[in-house]
Amino acid sequence: MTQSSWRMPRWFHQMGSPKWFYNFGGLLQPWFAMAAFVLLTVGVVWGLAFAPADYQQGNSFRIMYVHVPAAILSQSVFLGMAVAGAIGLIWKMKIAFMVARSCIAIGATFTIIALVTGAVWGKPTWGAYWVWDARLTSTLVLLFLYAGVMALNQAISERQIAGKATAILAIVGTINIPIIKYSVEWWNTLHQSSSFTLTAKPSMPSEMYLPLLLMVLGSYFLFALIVLIRTRAQILQTQNGASWLMQHQDVSGAQ
Amino acid sequence: MYFDSLGALWDMAGHGPYVWSCYGLFVVLLAVNVWHARSENEKALKQAKALIRRNQ
Repeated sequence: MTQSSWRMPRWFHQMGSPKWFYNFGGLLQPWFAMAAFVLLTVGVVWGLAFAPADYQQGNSFRIMYVHVPAAILSQSVFLGMAVAGAIGLIWKMKIAFMVARSCIAIGATFTIIALVTGAVWGKPTWGAYWVWDARLTSTLVLLFLYAGVMALNQAISERQIAGKATAILAIVGTINIPIIKYSVEWWNTLHQSSSFTLTAKPSMPSEMYLPLLLMVLGSYFLFALIVLIRTRAQILQTQNGASWLMQHQDVSGAQ
Repeated sequence: MYFDSLGALWDMAGHGPYVWSCYGLFVVLLAVNVWHARSENEKALKQAKALIRRNQ
């Protein structure tokens, strides 16, 4: 195998450049904002007012349209954070550490939403807000992991060291993700198995499934939007004084 | 619409408080995240602009 075939593609290295990331992120930002707003608005209205009620759970099943996207995102954001952290460690890419840092608050938010909406859904369905069930407990552990990553990231003032430390904790913490995912299969649990997968045919009629699909896609766009905004803010902070940034229209005000 | 009236949509056959509180939490927490990210960005922009002014 030639040496060139081992090289990472050009776009991968471009993404490591603060200037390139700031400019490209600025182009994507309004499109992601629009996609998130449209998908989530349509999804919320459809889920609340137009989807039919479940024949067993009645209208409480509508909580699924906020609970399932939040639960999916809580896990994928953690994985994304670990992957970004690993890229930062392997390729010594500062942008990757910034992306990982940008994932923490939004990932923790999705985990809180998943836990609270799950508890509220549990009351009319199971008769209890909380049970120490494998799926619920492993998701609570995920929230603690986010809290740990956040505390570690903020405790170290030197950005590069903070990035490395949080990357390691995030990578170690991913062990919890398959535990959450397979908890409903490995242990006896009250929690139902997956109602949403991208690979299998949906187990519910399309008028119930489509709003869920919109909500999941909209949540991914919202997550990407927040990561872009936060990472660009960190670029502004760390690159303050760099000539490319001082000449940028966002800062100089020139068109 | 699935419901006969706005009152029925609000009440959801007794499940209204559960459903509406969950949607409210979803919207409010995500809006706070967007707002916080944007305010961080604006603060960083202001600092960069202030540096330009100092150097002029």
